[in-house]
Amino acid sequence: MEPILKVENLVKRYAKRGFGGASQDFLALDGVSFTLSAGATLAVVGESGSGKSTLASCTACLEKPTTGNLWFEGRDITQSSEIELRRIRPQIQLIFPDPASSLNPRWTILDIVVEPLILQGRLGRRERNTRAFSLLERVGLSADMAERSAVELSGGQRQRLAIARALTLDPKLLILDEALSALDCSVQAQIVNLLFELQDSLGMTFLFISHDLAMAAHLADEIAVMSHGRIVEHGPTMQILRRPNHEATKQLLAAVPRLSHTPWPATQR
Amino acid sequence: MPGEILGVLGESGSGKSTLAASVLRLLPSNGHIGSGAILFEGKNLLQISSRELRQIRGGRIALIFQEPSLALHPTLRVGEQARRVLAAHQSSPKNVLNDRTRQVFAQLFPQDTDRIMLSYPHQLSGGQQQRALIAQAIACNPVLLIADEPTAALDPVTQREILGVFRSLREKLGLAMIFITHNPALLAGFADRVLILYAGQVVEWGPAATVLDSPKHPYTKALFESLPTISAENEKNRKHKLPVIPGNSSPSSLPRKGCAFEPRCTLRMDVCREFEPALVKLGDGHIVSCFKYNE
Amino acid sequence: MMRYFLRRLAHAFFLVVGVSILAFLFTTLAPGNYFDEMRLSPQIAPETLVALRTQYQLDRPLPLRYAAWLNSVLHGQMGFSFAYNSPVAPLLLVRARNTLLLTVTATLLAWVIALPLGVWSAERIGRFPDHVISWSTAALVVVPDLALALGLLVLAVRTHWFPTGGMASVDFESFSSFSGLHDLALHMTLPVAALVLSALPLLVRHIRAAVAEVLHAPFLLAAEGHGISRLTLLYRYALPAAANPLISLFGFSVGALLSGSLLIEVVMSWPGLGPFLLEAILARDIYVVIGGVLFSTIFLAAGNFLADMLLYWVDPRIRPESASR
Repeated sequence: MEPILKVENLVKRYAKRGFGGASQDFLALDGVSFTLSAGATLAVVGESGSGKSTLASCTACLEKPTTGNLWFEGRDITQSSEIELRRIRPQIQLIFPDPASSLNPRWTILDIVVEPLILQGRLGRRERNTRAFSLLERVGLSADMAERSAVELSGGQRQRLAIARALTLDPKLLILDEALSALDCSVQAQIVNLLFELQDSLGMTFLFISHDLAMAAHLADEIAVMSHGRIVEHGPTMQILRRPNHEATKQLLAAVPRLSHTPWPATQR
Repeated sequence: MPGEILGVLGESGSGKSTLAASVLRLLPSNGHIGSGAILFEGKNLLQISSRELRQIRGGRIALIFQEPSLALHPTLRVGEQARRVLAAHQSSPKNVLNDRTRQVFAQLFPQDTDRIMLSYPHQLSGGQQQRALIAQAIACNPVLLIADEPTAALDPVTQREILGVFRSLREKLGLAMIFITHNPALLAGFADRVLILYAGQVVEWGPAATVLDSPKHPYTKALFESLPTISAENEKNRKHKLPVIPGNSSPSSLPRKGCAFEPRCTLRMDVCREFEPALVKLGDGHIVSCFKYNE
Repeated sequence: MMRYFLRRLAHAFFLVVGVSILAFLFTTLAPGNYFDEMRLSPQIAPETLVALRTQYQLDRPLPLRYAAWLNSVLHGQMGFSFAYNSPVAPLLLVRARNTLLLTVTATLLAWVIALPLGVWSAERIGRFPDHVISWSTAALVVVPDLALALGLLVLAVRTHWFPTGGMASVDFESFSSFSGLHDLALHMTLPVAALVLSALPLLVRHIRAAVAEVLHAPFLLAAEGHGISRLTLLYRYALPAAANPLISLFGFSVGALLSGSLLIEVVMSWPGLGPFLLEAILARDIYVVIGGVLFSTIFLAAGNFLADMLLYWVDPRIRPESASR
């Protein structure tokens, strides 16, 4: 089956504006390649600075990679024109880490969800509102909250709102860039359950980027470990947990705080 | 207790940050401490004069917030910031202060000490910023360190580093700590005792091993169950929904009397709605605030 | 750091040169010249005028006149004044010194008063003392400089505490150095007061706004938690963090040192640069005008340059070599 997303040799370099002379370029992605099947969840884990967020923004078409190719549903989006991209972008949605700053605090909840529909310009006002209300219900925000402004929501509710907004345009791929990191543990569980629901009912594909290996392992079918802009290990979740190969993976496994005293599968022989 | 690490577990809205700020009377102007006492070294901190309070702040009790990048002054070198804290508490000559500052930084940054001391906060990584903040906090050798989510902004590897720093501070300086977090897993193997906060009330506390392994309060139990844990036994739970606590803890949904957790509690009884549960001793220093254990 | 310094210096230099060209262009292209006044007098023959014009090289092409003027600047003379029959530079320097006497004193005084006032007001923002300050600064802003100056003059006339204008009393020459200084101070008081009162509102409001923004920052709370005293917190933590917009304001203050006091000088008969330039403009004494504009521009460019260098020194975040990770 054709993978929904195929990333090949992605390189992203950020040029540092030096005062002439040494150009201290920063290599965020150094040849990243992987495939993602439709309806699956891939977790990309790594420590700060490993390039995870850059990967997220390149995949979401927010930034153009320096070199490399990105195929979405068989089409090479790195070579696409701006017009084609405009059609493709709605199908890949990005959820940001900080719910507070990715939502306009002055707008009401309804405004925020309706905005992408207005920009798309296809539906009339009543249809837009109907769709917005149904999306809000789906993510667990009741319709009578629609007139409240975004500042009044808690962190978990804001992320639900962000997810609702992302769902308005029927995306096929949802990229969650540290979307749970700012939330309390019990709230994370609620959002994760919502994600499972969405995947079951809508068949969505998830790219889950995080440094929380425990949550990633719970959610994902496959795990890719990034370090210094490269994927150093990639495989099915249980395999990575049981037999980690690369030093970075082992470090991450060792660093994850665990409550129960049952050891990781890896140390069970 | 001296030299003890007390872990305070609470989610947002539980009042943990308010608790931390109250100890040093650092609440914003619309905060008001109604009643109660905070006893430290024989004095009630809520009643001492402002001059005594200023000496205690940083001198005997130090407070660290989350987001070290915001808690450090943006245009002062980190070494200078720590030196000023020292200067505020001791009137020693300049070179004595400088020596002591360097001593503190050498403890936290064994390599590159001088270079770090001369750096500005924006030139340091998240972990380094947090250590620079810790340097400011321990400069005057306080006996108690209150850390409010000190590792929330850091990735797991750096988190472990910082926890290691705290541990070594306890070993070398006998520093007692109140470690506030919303992530229970961080307290395992780190805290001596654990205290659970919900909606501004203490619901359970006791030795860390006991509380973390066999929690008794319905909230604590439900919280721990909602964490993803991966082990050979839990493998079948993977990719399945996590058990969650229904509802949320927003201020508007809190009951006015009775147990604060009652609306969301699966074990609730009628009495829970009427009265605040008394404290029940479960032996071994483990105390719970729930009617279920009264029988 | 050196590169930044040199770049800013080059900016300032080109600014001054550019302005000198523009000033030259505008004044010489404006219709009329100094000798037009004389045409009205029937006693002077037209030929004399033509001869005078040739003598002063007023009929040569523009670029050549500019080159000649530039040459004169390099020799420290800055052209020739028709009205006073002398090189421009010494005339300007004397007047500029008089102006600076007023403005430097006034600027220093204004900042020294505004800083504590602004900080104090920011600390109590929204409360009664802050309202008092806000209202009084608003009132001061509304009053035009002219009214302020005239009001002060009325005060002088009524109370006879201060002289009503001028820079020195009639018998200044015969004063000893101490009483000479005293006389100068008396004469300076009213103009300086007028300048300070007109500058104060802007400064106080800006300082208040900048400091108020910083007062909510987490690092202040953290420092307070470490036991730093209130005064240190305000002046050695909050103020430096709020300094960026204030430094730009300071640069502007410096830049306006020569140009900001024109009105006050005219009203209070202070022999500064302002009235002198006014006179020259009316008489079309062009080289004086160009010279005056150049002086003012140099101060403006110096003020900007000073602000840039101060900003570099105060805020490490804008330095390119100390880039964040």
